[in-house]
Amino acid sequence: MALASTLYRTLLNKTSTTAVIVIVGALFYERGVQTLSDTIWDAYNPGKQWKDIKHLYEK
Amino acid sequence: MAVILNTLHARTATRLSLRTFRLPGPCKVTRPNALRSLNTNTTATGSSQSSRWRQILYTTGAVAGVGAIGLYYALDQSVKASDLELHPPAYPWSHNGFIKGFDHQSIRRGYEVYKQVCAACHGMKYVSYRELVGVSHTEAEAKQEASEIQVLDGPDDTGKMFLRPGKLFDRFPSPYPNEEAARAANNGALPPDLSVIVLARHGGEDYIFSLLTGYMEAPAGVVLADGMHFNPYFVSGSGAIGMAQALFSEMIDYEDGTPATQSQLAKDVVTFLSWAAQPEYDTRKKASIDVSSVVPTRWVLLIMIPMLALLTFWKRHLWSTIKSRKILFRETPKLPPKKS
Repeated sequence: MALASTLYRTLLNKTSTTAVIVIVGALFYERGVQTLSDTIWDAYNPGKQWKDIKHLYEK
Repeated sequence: MAVILNTLHARTATRLSLRTFRLPGPCKVTRPNALRSLNTNTTATGSSQSSRWRQILYTTGAVAGVGAIGLYYALDQSVKASDLELHPPAYPWSHNGFIKGFDHQSIRRGYEVYKQVCAACHGMKYVSYRELVGVSHTEAEAKQEASEIQVLDGPDDTGKMFLRPGKLFDRFPSPYPNEEAARAANNGALPPDLSVIVLARHGGEDYIFSLLTGYMEAPAGVVLADGMHFNPYFVSGSGAIGMAQALFSEMIDYEDGTPATQSQLAKDVVTFLSWAAQPEYDTRKKASIDVSSVVPTRWVLLIMIPMLALLTFWKRHLWSTIKSRKILFRETPKLPPKKS
């Protein structure tokens, strides 16, 4: 609980700092979610995508 | 003067309670003198009347809405149940499913089938050659495909139109310049443009596949007009379609060596047409995973929905103190007149 209140006091007490955390966090979060969904997609679609077959046609 | 009472949830009341207070000084009460009843609905009979009408209105609306949905569903079903029409069966397309995308090798083969078999009569005037790049062909290959067609281009310096080889930004060519020419060459029937045919026909991929592979001899008693062919899947009701069977086994050679059976040809060309109608298909399905990917997709139902239920009840528990409070209005006792 002490950690939580320390964090709150240093980071989230002011709207300006909270806004910075939200925006930067959103960038990283979005990147992470995209990577995760790409991994899921590749697991369920093996060998079907263009990136899997393009080596056959590129000289 | 308002006196606010907390009536329920003594345990949470200590955390969320509002202190009772009294405004200092005299307060002018403009209401007629009356000790209002404890019921917060001061116009008791009036509001319960109107709320009863509202109940009736909402119930009627809900019944009408459910009825409308049921009617639409029944009508939709009955459209399929016309006299000689045949439902296409549901085929296990490799792109069926929440997180399945197109088989791009199949799209490439389907383009071959379209180009060699279907393009003689059907145009795809809303698809460009550049859309093939990164989907089924490399850029060099798409340029090569485009350069095989001749495109009529704008007036040159002398004012004449001229033909030039196609480029990536050009659309797929239409075999006929206009509808009349198409009808004249096809016994009065118009071969539809195939750019969005998979979306434009009830039944989608299953219908097109069944149609292409469903040609058969007309059954006894069915008389076809000259130039018509029998296909039980065709939606005209009598099964008479103007298009002859187009796909036969071994009619083309696939570049990658796949055996060109009739069903293989049909499957590939339908996959190609499905991509052409929905080029954003893979991106769209990936985006739907993005949205629900805080947890792995197949656990969404098991975790997010119970969590939602728990959170709603937790919120309602915490808010119950506020939502169940009662407000009393009580006139303050009259102050004695000021002694001047």
